[in-house]
Amino acid sequence: MIAEAGLAALWLATAFAIAQLLLGAAAARAADPVVLLPGLRKIALVQAVFALAAFLVLIWLFVTSDMSVLLVAENSHSQKPMLYKIAGAWGNHEGSMLLWVTVLALAGAGVALFERRLVAGTLSATLAAQATIAIGFYAFLAFASNPFARLNPAPADGQGLNPLLQDPGLAFHPPTLYLGYVGLSVAFSFAVAALLMRDVGPAFAKAMRPWVLGAWIFLTIGITAGSYWAYYELGWGGWWFWDPVENASLMPWLAATALLHSVNVLATRDGLRAWTLMLAVVAFSMSMVGTFLVRSGILVSVHAFAVDPTRGSFLLALLGLYIGGALALFGARVGTVTQGATFQLISREAALVLNNLLLSVILGVVLIGTLYPLVAQAMGVQLSIGAPFFEKTAVPIALFLVAGTAAGPLLRWRKDTAQALLSRLTIPVAITGIAFALFFAMTGFGSPIAVLVLAFAFGLAAASIAPLWKRKLRRTPLPIYGMVVAHLGIAVSLAGMAADTLFKQERLAAVAIGDNLAVGPFKVTLVEVRPTLGPNWSAMEARLQVQRGTAEPFELLPQQRFFANPPTNTSEAAIATLWDGQVYSVLGAGDAAGRWQLRLWWKPFVTLIWAGGGLIALGGLLSLVGRIVRARRDARTLEEEWV
Amino acid sequence: MKAKHQRLTLALLAVAAIVGAALLALSALKDQAAFFYAPGDVAGKPLPLGKAVRLGGMVQTGSVVRARDGVSIGFRVTDGKAVVPVRFRGVTPDLFREGSGVVAEGQFQPDGSFTADNLLAKHDERYMPPQMAGKMHKSESLEQ
Repeated sequence: MIAEAGLAALWLATAFAIAQLLLGAAAARAADPVVLLPGLRKIALVQAVFALAAFLVLIWLFVTSDMSVLLVAENSHSQKPMLYKIAGAWGNHEGSMLLWVTVLALAGAGVALFERRLVAGTLSATLAAQATIAIGFYAFLAFASNPFARLNPAPADGQGLNPLLQDPGLAFHPPTLYLGYVGLSVAFSFAVAALLMRDVGPAFAKAMRPWVLGAWIFLTIGITAGSYWAYYELGWGGWWFWDPVENASLMPWLAATALLHSVNVLATRDGLRAWTLMLAVVAFSMSMVGTFLVRSGILVSVHAFAVDPTRGSFLLALLGLYIGGALALFGARVGTVTQGATFQLISREAALVLNNLLLSVILGVVLIGTLYPLVAQAMGVQLSIGAPFFEKTAVPIALFLVAGTAAGPLLRWRKDTAQALLSRLTIPVAITGIAFALFFAMTGFGSPIAVLVLAFAFGLAAASIAPLWKRKLRRTPLPIYGMVVAHLGIAVSLAGMAADTLFKQERLAAVAIGDNLAVGPFKVTLVEVRPTLGPNWSAMEARLQVQRGTAEPFELLPQQRFFANPPTNTSEAAIATLWDGQVYSVLGAGDAAGRWQLRLWWKPFVTLIWAGGGLIALGGLLSLVGRIVRARRDARTLEEEWV
Repeated sequence: MKAKHQRLTLALLAVAAIVGAALLALSALKDQAAFFYAPGDVAGKPLPLGKAVRLGGMVQTGSVVRARDGVSIGFRVTDGKAVVPVRFRGVTPDLFREGSGVVAEGQFQPDGSFTADNLLAKHDERYMPPQMAGKMHKSESLEQ
C-alpha cells in the first residue's frame, strides 16, 4: 500500500506542476499578474510537498526493506547498515531521478516563496518555466522508470548494494551534485522568463545571482568530494581520471563558473546581457547532458543503450526539447535584448569576458572529449580518450585562465590602463618567476608544464590577496572576501595538483612479514596480516608500521575486503595525513611464498587539492551570505519608505 | 567603441573561441585517442606500435602466471578468435579473474605481446566494458 501511496503522490505532484504551468502562463499574460501570484506561490509549494512525500516514501520502503518493491529488491539487503539503506534509495537509476525531480520541485518552491525582487510577470513566467521542466521529468518517472514498481512474488531478500558504493562520502555525493545541477535549472527558468517578458537587466541578474551562487557552491563541494572519494576508494592514488562521469559534473561547473562571473557584470554594470542569458541556458543544458550521460546507461555501452533505448531516448528527447526550445527562444528574442553598458578593452568587464571565453573553450574541449568516443562508437569505431588528451588541451588554456584570474580583480570597472595593471601585477609576476626558476631546478628540469602550474599557483595566491591591500578590512563587503577566498582556493588546489604530479614517490613490491620498504622519507614495515570482521564484510588486514627518520612511528591498516551480498572483493586503501602530505598504502594479493603485495605512495601536499576545493566553496558561501544579508537590508529599507 | 560594434566584437570573439576549441580538440584527438582492439583485430595484421591503445577480451582460463618478484604477472587475453599475451606490473584490480572480462591499457610490442600500464576489470556483476559488450553483441547479432 505504501508504495502505491508514493506513486499517487508523484502523480499529484505532476497534476500540480501542470496547474502551475497553466496559471503561471496566464499570470505572465495577465494585465495585473499580482492578483494571481499568491495562488501560484501556493501551487508551487504544494507540488514540492507532494514530490518530497514521494521521495520520503521511497526512503521508507528502503529503510523497512520492503522486498515486494522491485527497486528495493534489486538494490538493497535487509542486513545492510542503516545509512546505506537510506542512501540506497538514491544509489540507483530510478531513485536518483526521483531525487532529481524532488530537488527541482523544492527549488521551484524556493523561488515562489523567497523571490521578492522580480516584477510579478517575470516571476510568474519563471515559475511556469520551472513547472515545464518538472513535468518532463515527472513523465520520465511515470512512463520510463517508475521507482515504485512492484515485484511479485517478493524475494526473501534483496541483491544488496555494490560495496564500492558503501561509503559515507558517496552516500551524500549524488544529493550534493543534484542540488548543484538543479539549482542551475532556476537560472535557466529565470533566463527563459526574462526573454519571454523582455525584462533583462540588473534586477533580473540580482534575482538570479544567489541561485547561481548556491548551485555553484554545491557543484564545487560535489566535485571536490567526488574526487577525494575516487582517490581513497579506488586505490590507484589518482585524484582525477577524466572519465565521463567526472566530466559530467565538471562541465556544469565550468558553465556555472562562467555564468557566475557574467551575472556579476550584469548586476553591477548592466553589461553582457545577451551573453548572460545564453550562459544560463548553457549551464542548465550541461546539467541535463550530465544527467543524461550518467543516467541513460550510454556510458556502460552504446549497445546496452540501443537494446533498451526507452530511458535513454526519453531523456534525450527531453534534452532536445528543453535545450532546443530555450535556444530557439533565445534566437528569436536576442534582437529585442537592448545593448547594456559598454566598456573599454582594458577593464574589469573585459577581463571577465576573457574569463568567460576561456572557460567556454575549456568546456567545449571537455564536451568534445567526452562525447566523441560515444559518437565514434555509434559509428562502429572503438576508441577511448584519456587523460593525455585533456592534459594537452585543457591544461594550457587553464594556465591562461589562471593569469586572467590573477589580473581581473586588480582592474577597475569600465576603464583602466595597461600601465596601472602592470604596476599592480609586479609582485605576483616576480613571485611566479622566482618560483618557476626554483622548482624547475629542483625537479631536474623535467615536466615544465607541472612546474609552470606550480609557479602560477604561487603568483595567483599573491595576486588574489592583493585586492584587500590598503582596504579597511572591517568595512570590506563580504562578496569581496568571497572572491579573494575562492581565487586563493584555486591557487591552493593547483599547488596541490602540481606538487603531487612533481614530487610523488611510489613503491610496489611483494613483502614478507617483518620486511620493510622505503618510500620517500619513510620506512614502512609489514608487521602482520590478520583477518578482521566488519558489519557486512570480512577482510584480511595488513598492519604496517611507518616511520620517518627517528620520529614516533605510526600504523596504517590497508585491507582486502570481501562482501557476501553481492559477492565482491574490494581493496581498502589506508591513508595517513601528515602536515606536509599523505602516505597512501594498498594491500594486494598474497602469494604461496607468504609474501604480500604492497603498493605505497608518498604524496607531498596532495591534501591541498581538496583543501583548495573547500576554500573555493567557502568563498562562494561568503559571497552568498553577503548578497542575502544585503538583499534583506534593501528590502527592509523599501518597506520603511512605504510605511 | 560604439555599442553596436561592441556587441558584434563579443559575438565574433565567442565564435572564434568555439572554433578554436573545436580545432584544438580535433588536433589533439588525432594523436591522443586510444583505439580499442580485441585480439582478433590484430591477428595477422600490422600492429599499432608506439602508441597507447586498449586491448580487451577475456582472461584465458589457466593462463595467469605470477613472476618471482611477486608483483608482475603474465596472462593471455582472448576473444575466441585470437590470443594476445599480456605483461603487467602492479596490483591487479579486485575483479581481475581468469575467465572474466578485462581491458588492458598499454602498448603492443614488436613481438606481438602487450605491455599493460593499467588493467580495468569489470566494475560489478552487471558491468561489462563497453567495448567488450560491443564486440560480443556484434557476434551475437550476426547469428541472429
